Amino acid sequence: MSEHIVSPRVYVTVFVGLMALTAATVFAATIDLGRWNTPVALIIAVTKAVLVVLFFMHVKYSSRLVALAVGGGVLWLLTLIAGVAADYLTRGWVGTPGT
Amino acid sequence: MSSVADTAHAPEADRHHPDLVHHFESLPAQKEAATLGMWVFLVTEVMFFGGLFLAYTMYRNLYFHAFVQSSRHLNLTLGAVNTAVLICSSLTMAMGVHSSALGRRRATVAWLLLTVALGSVFLGIKAVEYKDKFDHHLVPGERFQAEELHLEGDEARQAQIFYALYFAMTGLHATHMVIGVPIILILAWMAHRGRFSPEYHTPVEMTGLYWHFVDIIWIFLFPLLYLIGRHH
Repeated sequence: MSEHIVSPRVYVTVFVGLMALTAATVFAATIDLGRWNTPVALIIAVTKAVLVVLFFMHVKYSSRLVALAVGGGVLWLLTLIAGVAADYLTRGWVGTPGT
Repeated sequence: MSSVADTAHAPEADRHHPDLVHHFESLPAQKEAATLGMWVFLVTEVMFFGGLFLAYTMYRNLYFHAFVQSSRHLNLTLGAVNTAVLICSSLTMAMGVHSSALGRRRATVAWLLLTVALGSVFLGIKAVEYKDKFDHHLVPGERFQAEELHLEGDEARQAQIFYALYFAMTGLHATHMVIGVPIILILAWMAHRGRFSPEYHTPVEMTGLYWHFVDIIWIFLFPLLYLIGRHH
């Protein structure tokens, strides 16, 4: 692996994108989007995180093994969230046992 | 993306590099191992913070009104400024890693010190925010005053859950920065002493990964804690 040197121009572009998305998330929070306020905030946050991971953290230029470790981590996090959400979000449907 | 197999073979000269430990075939292979190890550590951190984010999400769904009222007491301006400060510090850190990869000693030191400065500004602003919460008795416990948030009864207790999570999550995040700042200072000193080269600057790069990870945590904390129910 001859190290991939990322151009500072790429870093600055990503930086400008992150700042713009920060402004966007603050703006979006001040207007009423109904039930979409939270999803919009999360979509913006995930986009920012992906930019940081791919460019600042060099995953775009790393080996497949590193990308696999990162992807595996995300997968387990989603498993954690899905498992607990499946419990909490359905409790109202059937009542809580033992009460 | 390059495959792992590419990393095993390196020019003969690299095999005698003073920074190559004996159980690695080559500097690139050594660096690949460090990168993978760092990422595995960061994944454990993702799970660690992930549990807190999950707890926050569930309570926020259950006690939405109390959470909105509590969130509105947070200072949106300071939170937004801190987000910008942290993103700037990620850029300066990325530039520090970049400079060290090119063997630019003075630039490396300058970018790393700038990162330390921005990290310190973030922690300073966070301290101002914490002091405000102490002054208004919004720290969970006996003295908690929910009147400040126009809440009473059950909702007053629910607001304490919000603030308990607020302090736990931002406190852990700040702890990570308190650990990161001195590490970057030490790196700046090592860079100044000419410890790094284009062939070997793995410590700078690994610390960069850590610092960017801390940035990502804040990228999620800011909208979740500060930006709920702001449009009412």
